[in-house]
Parts: sequence; C-alpha cells; structure tokens
Amino acid sequence: MSSWLEKHLPKIVLAPSFIVIILFVYGFIAWTAWVSFTKSRLMPKYDIVGFIQYDRLFDSPRWDVAINNLFIFGFLFILISMFLGLIIAIFLDQKIRIEGALRTIYLYPMALSLIVTGTAWKWMLNPGLGLEAVIKNLGFNNFTFDWLINPDFAIYTVVIAGVWQASGFVMALFLAGLRSVDQEIIKAAQVDGVPTVKIYTAIIIPSMTPVFLSAFIVLAHLAIKSFDLVIALTGGGPGYATDLPATYMYTMAFSRGDIGQAASSAIIMMIVVFSVVVPYLYSELRNKNDQ
Amino acid sequence: MINSVSKNQLNKIILRIFLYLILSVFVIYYLLPLFVMITTSLKSLEEIRTGSLIALPRNITFEAWGTAWSTACTGIRCEGLKPFFWNSIFIAIPAVIISTLIGAINGYVIAQWRFKGANIIFALMLFGCFIPFQVILLPMARVLGLIDLAGSISGLIFVHVIYGIGFTTLFFRNYYVSIPVELVKAAKIDGATFLRIFWSIFLPLSLPITVVTVIWQFTQIWNDFLFGVSFSEAGTQPITVALNNIVNSTTGVKEYNVDMAAAIIAAMPTLLVYIFAGKYFIRGLTAGSVKG
Amino acid sequence: MSSILNIKNVNKNFGKISVLNDIDINIDKGDFLVLVGPSGCGKSTLLNCIAGLEKINSGDIFIDNKNMSDIAPKDRDIAMVFQSYALYPTMTVEKNITFGMKVRGLSDEIQQKKLIEVSRQLQIENLLKRKPGQLSGGQRQRVAMGRALVRNPKLFLFDEPLSNLDAKLRVEMRTEIKRLHYDLGASMVYVTHDQIEAMTLATKIVVMKNGFIQQIGTPEEIYNHPANIFVADFMGSPAMNLIHAQTKKEKDNYQINIKLANGEVASLTEKRKLKLPKDIIIGIRPENITEMGSKNKQNAQVITSNVDIVEPAGSDTYVVTKLGETEVTARFHSETKVKIGSKIDFLLDLEKASYFNPTSGKRI
Repeated sequence: MSSWLEKHLPKIVLAPSFIVIILFVYGFIAWTAWVSFTKSRLMPKYDIVGFIQYDRLFDSPRWDVAINNLFIFGFLFILISMFLGLIIAIFLDQKIRIEGALRTIYLYPMALSLIVTGTAWKWMLNPGLGLEAVIKNLGFNNFTFDWLINPDFAIYTVVIAGVWQASGFVMALFLAGLRSVDQEIIKAAQVDGVPTVKIYTAIIIPSMTPVFLSAFIVLAHLAIKSFDLVIALTGGGPGYATDLPATYMYTMAFSRGDIGQAASSAIIMMIVVFSVVVPYLYSELRNKNDQ
Repeated sequence: MINSVSKNQLNKIILRIFLYLILSVFVIYYLLPLFVMITTSLKSLEEIRTGSLIALPRNITFEAWGTAWSTACTGIRCEGLKPFFWNSIFIAIPAVIISTLIGAINGYVIAQWRFKGANIIFALMLFGCFIPFQVILLPMARVLGLIDLAGSISGLIFVHVIYGIGFTTLFFRNYYVSIPVELVKAAKIDGATFLRIFWSIFLPLSLPITVVTVIWQFTQIWNDFLFGVSFSEAGTQPITVALNNIVNSTTGVKEYNVDMAAAIIAAMPTLLVYIFAGKYFIRGLTAGSVKG
Repeated sequence: MSSILNIKNVNKNFGKISVLNDIDINIDKGDFLVLVGPSGCGKSTLLNCIAGLEKINSGDIFIDNKNMSDIAPKDRDIAMVFQSYALYPTMTVEKNITFGMKVRGLSDEIQQKKLIEVSRQLQIENLLKRKPGQLSGGQRQRVAMGRALVRNPKLFLFDEPLSNLDAKLRVEMRTEIKRLHYDLGASMVYVTHDQIEAMTLATKIVVMKNGFIQQIGTPEEIYNHPANIFVADFMGSPAMNLIHAQTKKEKDNYQINIKLANGEVASLTEKRKLKLPKDIIIGIRPENITEMGSKNKQNAQVITSNVDIVEPAGSDTYVVTKLGETEVTARFHSETKVKIGSKIDFLLDLEKASYFNPTSGKRI
C-alpha cells in the first residue's frame, strides 16, 4: 500500500461518516430551517418570506396547548423521575440482599418500546375496566379515574407512564453515583457519629451534582422527544389535549400537509433541546480536553 | 445497658422491615403493568368485561395470542403481527451490524489516530446524537423519495444506520481511548499498518463494547416508532407501528386481550435481551448518556 | 568512525511551546546512551523522534549514516521497549514476539528459530504459551525485550522500561540490561529520570532540562565535572553540596571564605590554576567531605563546624552541618562516633570541588 494512502487512511476511513453527518444532520437541519421561513404547504417552496410560519405557530391555540403540555409534562416527568430514582437508589444502597434482582425489576421498563408502555398504561388507566374499576370494587364507589379521557387531566397520564418507564434508569444512574462517593469520607463521618440521614444529605447528595446533571439532561432529552408515548397512550387526545410539540410537528407534516408549520415547530423543538444540551456538552468536552 | 442495646437492635429491625416494605411497593409498581398485560392476554373478552383488571385468569386461553400473531387488523390488512415482526427483524439486524462496524472503525480512528480536526469531527457527531429527529423528518422523506428508497425496508435500514453512527462511534471511542497508546507505537515499530493494528490488536479486545453496542442499537432500532411511522408504508411497517395500529384501530370491538398479547409479542425480543444480557444493557445506558 | 546515531540541530515544538532546542548528539556503534532529566525535560519526546513516532520541526536524524526524514518507524531498523511493556494483550508471549516478523513476511522457520534463540537468552522459554495478563512485571519486561531482540535492530530504544517495577526487581533488571548490552555489543538509547540507572548503565550520558541539553559526557565526566549547577545537583545521590562562598585573590591562589553557622568565617585555599569571581558556589560531593584522619589527602583542608544531623546508613554515616548558609552533607565511616550538637573538624578535599557562577549557574 502506498505510503500516502497509509498516512491518510485514518482520515479517509472517517470521511464517509463525517460527510454523512454533515449532510444528514446539519444539512437537513439547515433545510428544515430554510423551509420554516417559507410559505410551504404541501410541497416545499424555497422563497424566504420571513417569520410568518413562526407567527402562525405562536398564534395557534393547538401549539399553545402543545408547549404548555411540554412544560407541565417535562417538569413533572423530570422532577418525579429524579425524586423516585433517588429514593429507590438510596434504599437500594442499604446493602439489600436481593439487590441484583430488584435492580433488574426496576430497570426492565427501559427495555420496552414506548408504544408498548403506552399500550400497557392505556389499558391500566382504562376508565371503566382499569384501575378505576379495581378501586371501585374495593368499595370506593365514588372513585373516578377517567384522566385518560379528560382533557384537563390527560397529560398527567403521560407523566405516570413516562415516570414508570424512566425512573428505573435514573435509579441506576444515581446508584452508581452514590457508590462512587469516596468511601473514606463516609467512614470518617460514621466514626464521627454523624447519623445516616445526615451523611446522605450533607455529604453524599451534594457530591453527586454531576450525576444529577446527567440524569437531568437525559430526562429532558427524552421529554422533548416523547412522541411514541403520547401516540400510543392518548393519540394526542382527547382532541389535542395531550399534544406535544413532537406530535404537533408530525400531524402538520404528514396529516395536514403543512410543511411550513411542521418545519417551524421542528426548529423550535431543536432550539429548546439545544438550550439544554449545548451548555452541558460544552462543559463536558472542555473537561475532557483539559485532562 | 442491655435495654438500650436491644432498643437499638429493635430500631434497626423496624427500619429494615420498613425498607423492604417500601422496596416491595415499588416492585409492585413496576411489575403490575407487566402482570396485567400477561393476565389480560390470557383471558377471554367476556372475562375481561366482567372480571377485575388484576385478577388472575379463570380460564386460560391463548386465543388472543393467535389472533394477535396472525389475524389482527393493522389498518386494511388483517394478517396479525407476523409479517411486521419479520419486517422489524429485516430492518434491525442489518442496521445493527452495519452501524456497529462503522462505529468500531470510527471510534478506532478518533481514539488512537489523532489528526487535526478529529476532535471537531467527534464533537459534531456527538452533537448529532442529541437532535430531536423531528428536525430531519421532512428532508429525509424527500431524499428517500429521490433515491427511490421511500417506504422500503432498505430505506429504514439506511435511516437507522445514519442516525446510529453517532452513538456507536461514541461507545467505541470511549472504550478505545482507554487502550494505552504505547500499544499502537509498539505495533507501528513492528511494522503493522493502520488496518492491521485494528484487525490484530483492537478487534480482539473489543468483545465487551461490541456486546454493549449491539444490545443498545438493537433495543433502539427495534423499539423505534418515529422513523418507522414516518418512512414506511403499509407493507414495510415495523412491529411498533403495527402494534399501534392494532391498538388504536377505530374499527370494530376493542379486543383488549389481543392488544395485550400483541404488546407482549412486540416487547418480547428486547425484553429477552434485557433479561439475559441485562448488565451489558445497563452499561450501554450509563456509558452512552453519562459520559461526554 | 562508526556513528550509529547522529542527531543534528534538532528542534521540535508543539504549537508555540518549544520542547526540543538545538539538540546535537552523536554516538558510535556499541554505545549505551542514556537521556536523563526531570519529567518534562524532553527526553521521551526525543526518543520518539529518533523512533520516527513523532516528527521534528528542523534538523536531521541519521541512523547508521542514513537520513531518517520521511522514513516510517518500521523502516528505521529500530526496536523499542516501553515503560508499560505494551505487550499485545490478546496474544500469547510467542505471538507477541513473532508478530513483527509475521508482519514482515518472514517464513515460519525463521520465526521459530529466532523465537527459540531469544527466549533462551532471556529465560522465558516456559512462558511462551501464556498471555501477558498471566505474567509478573519482571516477566512482562523480559518478553518486551524479547520482542525487541528478535528484530536484530541497529538501535535499541528504551523508554523508562524499569519505572513500573519495584525497587529490588529494578536493580535485577538493570543488571540484565547491562549484561545484554555487553553480550550483544548492541547500540542502545535509554531514557530514564533515575540518575542511578543513568550512571550505572551508560557509556554516554545526556542530561536534559526544559528541552535543552545541559551536558553530554561519560558518567565520570558528568559526575566529577558537572557543567552547571543543575547537572551537579541532579546527578549523584546524595546530591552534590552547593555552598555559597566569597573569594579573595592572594598572589597565585584564592582564599575561599565560607560563612559558618555561628557567624564566623572559615578560610580555605584553592591552589589550582583557576580564575574565580568574587561570589562563587562551591560544588563538593559528600564523599569529599570526611572526618579527621580518614584520608591522607595532600590538599584536604579543615573546617570546624557544628553537627546538626547524623544519619547512619549502614556502611557510611552522613553528617549534616551548615556551611555558607546551606545544609551540607558529609560522608563519614560508620565506625566514627559523632554526637549531634558537637563541634567537630571536617576534612574538605578541594581538589575534587567544582566552582560555579552563582548567577549563570555555569561551571567556571
């Protein structure tokens, strides 16, 4: 093999992937951004007309609901998942004999498709035959749990299903984080007579900030992308009560034939994701380069 | 003295019981949906309507399973999940293999053959992992149409490979970075070339990370819905899309047992992988998302 | 002249930082060159440049009188042994040693022949079927050397090969390497931060600091005639004493005035033909400061000073006193009884002393 080829082979090998990423990630983003500034409907038009798609977007009541839902869902989903994950991780950290089996049970939902999860919870929360009926049969005749079909509460069913799926993963992350704390510091505290609860609140949890950050990033990312879950659980309904930006975009793109709206909503989604992920990635890569 | 010691022990025992109690509550929380899915799939519609959600089936029947597999309706076709199960297989296996291989050689280059710009390329690829895929749906649909892959299995393989490269490269790069650079130096002095070093030295070392990557990719691709629903047509849909069609079809009577059976069939492969190779799966989750 | 390695005017920088400056070194066939210096002095970088693993920015490197610019490591006819051994982890010892030959397309017979030869020489015959993970540190190092030996190279390069071994093993392996050098008559370039290794192994030493050569010379030259304060202090253990003093010219000789701990000034006479400035630093090794009656040195002179610390070290006893505002170590016989705080006589052999300019650090 000629020495020029040998010398440049690494670059040549990496090149196709590089080109692919440039085209299919950044090129496509650019295309979508371009289209979001046009009057495209069913077919893309390429004449830039300004911000009219974004104006339409922000005027749309359906988009309002979607964004609103994103914040409600995002906030609750992240908060409850982190809280549950932390509690379970702390409990599991207490030298439980069947820890391995428990971890497997807590984590298996992550292996499931969100469609499966949505389907399962759709059935569980079925008004009339699901959990509502079970509780009623226990004697609480006035118990109603029709959140699934209630426009005001439907979004919370997505939270329930989402938390079920993701909290096990958060637990795994936190458990690893808890265990990576320097054991010597903990021993010193125990010798000093610090009560266990205080050891957790004053020493362990504060030192876990990077893990919290990672969990937050992953959950935020999941929340913004959650499309499958809503489709399976509520179909976006009732009406569009559980719409999220992801489902809004899909509807605009493939059902309504409104590419301009689809593009602009997609770009907004991307901006939201970036504003969360970019600072994180930047600081991570910075740290790597300093090492 | 003796009193306070046994009081302490009592406290400890009470705390332990409390701990196990709470953990058991969570076990129920996580297992309940699976339990309900299985039991519901084994009941007759009659029993479902009249019985309780959480009761065990009185008469176990596999009828729903048969329906789910071969006759359930996914839109205008009523062939059950079987053809779509195979669609997912034909999509997932090539896509996993190709994206893993590409990730391996990419990771090798970025980790061990630092050249100017390698880090920037890596950063760009890493970045690409985080984008919401909504932002590429429209242009990808057009491009697939242009290269005549729209609605085809090959088209879906293509899409999954392209957007899988970022993750697979990340996994392999993080793994290869911890291999001492002196190994490559020694091999260079021994006369080995770029490809030879990869083949003889790095690949034999790569089993653990390959397992992690394959499991991660398989799970992602098998469970995918967004690409499936956007880029397939009636005959080429993956199993997740078919499942959704069965469950959310607006025609006829809701057959909850069939829905549940279908969900379990769709979940089976990744669930089995998880049960048998769980620790590698977890390694993939934490490696891919915690590290930058 | 059988030059095996000629480094001419080599410079290297990483961006704005200069890591090698005007490096000029020449060694002959059979030489054992040691590059020694503190971490970050550039010695490993220089070794990598000789190997062709890193590029130089200017200058030339000749191996066996051939210019090595643009020549890949595998074509330089060199072999290298690394600090971390760098054995291929998934291959057996046998495969590790024969890998290079296999890549070069040598026949199986030749590979086997050389393998047996080398494993016999290094006594690793019984390890051939094992993998690196199953070997001890010392065994791994031997295998790494085996891999190098089998190439029959023009130049052996060693990058701190003993730093990962424990003290006892290190001494054993050091002797092994020295014996190998003698048996093979091979040319070797060896990098270390341990000056004892440098002194015991080298035929020629290059002392480096911050990318500059501080001194090139035989171990004897480096030890007895260090070119500057850095070399004086770095080489030799315990380190050379560096004492501040003032000079006064007295006809043909110099009067050397050293401040004692109690404020008095002791005077010594330097009789050698030198030109000394007013302020100097005297470099004198502990073995050249001894107890009264220990050696009959014609030019040994006496200083009386307080004993601060006494350190018995088996065959010798180190006695520390304060001269010229520095802690000075003297080497006494272990039988000599010395009490802390007592005022005793020290015998200084000025003939063996070196003088340095306090501002430039250079040897006078």
